[in-house]
Amino acid sequence: MSGQDNSPGGHDRDIDHLSGVETTGHEWDGIKELNNPLPRWWLWTFYACIIWAIGYTVLYPAWPLVSSATSGLLGYSSRVELEQTMAAVETANGAVVARIAEAPLEDILADPELARFATSAGASAFRVNCSQCHGTGAAGGPGYPNLNDDSWIWGGTIEQIYLTIAHGVRSPTDPDTRYNLMPNFGADGMLDREAIKEVAAYVASLSDIGGAATPEGEQLFADNCAGCHGERGAGMSDVGGPDLTDKIWLYEGSLEAITAQIERPRHGMMQAWSEKLDDATIKELAIYVHGLGGGQ
Amino acid sequence: MIIIDNTRLPESHDDVEAVNSSAKRQPLYAARRKIFPKRVQGWFRRFKWLVMLVTLSIYYVTPWLRWDRGPYAPDQAVLLDLNNRRFYFLFIEIWPHEFYYVAGLLVMAGVGLFLITSTVGRAWCGYACPQTVWVDLFIAVEQFVEGDRNARIKLDAAPWTPAKVGRRGLKHGIWLLIGVATGGAWIFYFADAPTLAADLFSLQAPPVAYFTIAILTATTYTFGGLMREQVCTYMCPWPRIQGAMLDEHSLTVTYNDWRGEPRGKPAKHPSPAGKPVGDCVDCKACVAVCPMGIDIRDGQQLECITCALCIDACDAVMDKLGRERGLISYATLNDYSANMRIARQDDVVIQPARVRNATGGFAPGIRRTNWRSVLRPRTLVYFLGWSAIGMAMLVALSLRPAIGLNVLHDRNPLFVMLSDGSIQNGYDIKILNMTQQPQELVLSIEGLDGATLAGPSLTDAAARQLRVTVEPDLVLPLRLYVRSTARNLPSQSDFTMVVTSQDGAMSASTPVRFEAPDQEE
Repeated sequence: MSGQDNSPGGHDRDIDHLSGVETTGHEWDGIKELNNPLPRWWLWTFYACIIWAIGYTVLYPAWPLVSSATSGLLGYSSRVELEQTMAAVETANGAVVARIAEAPLEDILADPELARFATSAGASAFRVNCSQCHGTGAAGGPGYPNLNDDSWIWGGTIEQIYLTIAHGVRSPTDPDTRYNLMPNFGADGMLDREAIKEVAAYVASLSDIGGAATPEGEQLFADNCAGCHGERGAGMSDVGGPDLTDKIWLYEGSLEAITAQIERPRHGMMQAWSEKLDDATIKELAIYVHGLGGGQ
Repeated sequence: MIIIDNTRLPESHDDVEAVNSSAKRQPLYAARRKIFPKRVQGWFRRFKWLVMLVTLSIYYVTPWLRWDRGPYAPDQAVLLDLNNRRFYFLFIEIWPHEFYYVAGLLVMAGVGLFLITSTVGRAWCGYACPQTVWVDLFIAVEQFVEGDRNARIKLDAAPWTPAKVGRRGLKHGIWLLIGVATGGAWIFYFADAPTLAADLFSLQAPPVAYFTIAILTATTYTFGGLMREQVCTYMCPWPRIQGAMLDEHSLTVTYNDWRGEPRGKPAKHPSPAGKPVGDCVDCKACVAVCPMGIDIRDGQQLECITCALCIDACDAVMDKLGRERGLISYATLNDYSANMRIARQDDVVIQPARVRNATGGFAPGIRRTNWRSVLRPRTLVYFLGWSAIGMAMLVALSLRPAIGLNVLHDRNPLFVMLSDGSIQNGYDIKILNMTQQPQELVLSIEGLDGATLAGPSLTDAAARQLRVTVEPDLVLPLRLYVRSTARNLPSQSDFTMVVTSQDGAMSASTPVRFEAPDQEE
């Protein structure tokens, strides 16, 4: 559908008859390219973009080399920018953080603005430092306490939680750490197999998970366990003796697990976080954990 | 030599050439062809002035309208308060979670566009598009400063004398002022207008305000003054989309070549009856007035924004010649094709005599533009859909609660067992007070027998409800727990949280799930 047209312009013009538009003369399999001109500003914009791109790659990091990349004349670095951003955020939060560092924990809880900030900051510090053992939701697992519930081995007041975080549990490097050890009743031969069965059955009966309370078992408990777990097994948070009468078990709550724990007890360990985190962060963590639903 | 009666004949524009004329060779990248649209008078020109007046007034004046909302909300009638995430529109206040109203408006705009386009063609492009309105304004300024078409062409070709520099400087100065005013008006929609205006002049306004004004000044000046029709033809995707929405019943600006062809020079034109030539005298007035620089007689084309100024120009010529108006008119493809069939019959050439009767009027069977053609199933369906969405939004607006309740259930952990064996679930609760007064509200749980609310703000262990005060126009976040001492709870139970005003006039509720451990068989 094209024909020759000898116009006064002198060129042989190939006009596409269907559209009335001149072709460029390019043809592929009988399909001809129409010459619909673009405005010149469009072309200039395109050239300007190319020049801009060249300037950009000279000024900014761009061209990949073997082990690095060109650094650019402006010395821009996204890492430096990140550091600056982080520093700016720290400066912006500085005033509030300073108030948290100075204020007693009770005052922070009483101030809604400080408490809100501390809870948020504590939540993010928790995800970085604590979630590895206690889980991102602080629900813990066997051997790692659930921080959402209302059962606290070392106490659930804000002060007690703060001390536990700051000094850790059985932390070898902190002289003020929370420290207790349950004797190896079975492995060290302190109780024979029959006695362990009796006392385990008595402990299991305390929280209705089976087991029969016998006078022998009760006597064995009073002699060996009440010093830490209390006379009725209700726990002593001052010395970190867990409550054996509630539904919550650090390890598994079954007769077998109780027997195993008496025979060869397992003990967890928590680092003294005052060695790694500043006091304000530990306060924030304490406030966050206290607010998880079980704080006393 | 034929004597021409200049009192009857229109001015001829032989120098006019359409930008997309197929007669001239153009390189792959063409320099912009300068367009000097001629002033025109007529019905559509007056309509365009009116649309410009109305749309520009709305744009520039709206931020200054006041609306008394009491002490807790701004008094600006239309305000997009991005800082506080509130949209105010007269008596309507939109919160971020109600953004579906904006979505609804966008859907209405879309369907409305289908409706308008299918009936009267590219009316958006021709009259209401901001590019069209501002270009029209910029051309009016140009005409005011430099004169009409011929004077502008002469000035453009003239050497750079101080007079020319002065005129051009004045024109560009006014254009820039319009640009500043445009960018200035824009920012007033996002802040209290009087305060911001005072801040602007005392250089106290935030940098983003000046930056926005600078950008919008530059774009208004460049797009409206310098690029004009190029924006529509090369940058805007809309001509492609909107052209595809037309059908054979849509009104478009049409050169009725069934009565216009073959064209004849005015001098050669005999009287209307009897006619070897058509009505078109080839005066090119239609091309001279076109802001897009096209020749409508080449047929429908992408560049045409259907502003109908060519209709005004042609009608004026037809009046001068004593012929019926409408050589260029709004017509549907259907009517046009029917008339073309009469004019052509089996021939390829248009015979003017076929469309005329003996007295010079149109032959029977010639169809005129009929405004009833806009009433047809397609437009009706669009209209019904459009108004249904509008009504639904109005109903939703009038019925929407002024308080709201959002509850987010803890997922990690789903539940916690407490030392006494009861199950506790944690919830992040947000209570919205969308009124302008403080509200005393009661949050309570319904269902889930035996369950109680717990949390730092509750001292009563057996509470199933909590009294709270929510500040006006604010959200109160609460962290609450629900505790159930019931044994053998199913792993999932549903209950309802309700927030009610003290007098019970307002309430909102949301279904909530309570999770418990799987029961062992």
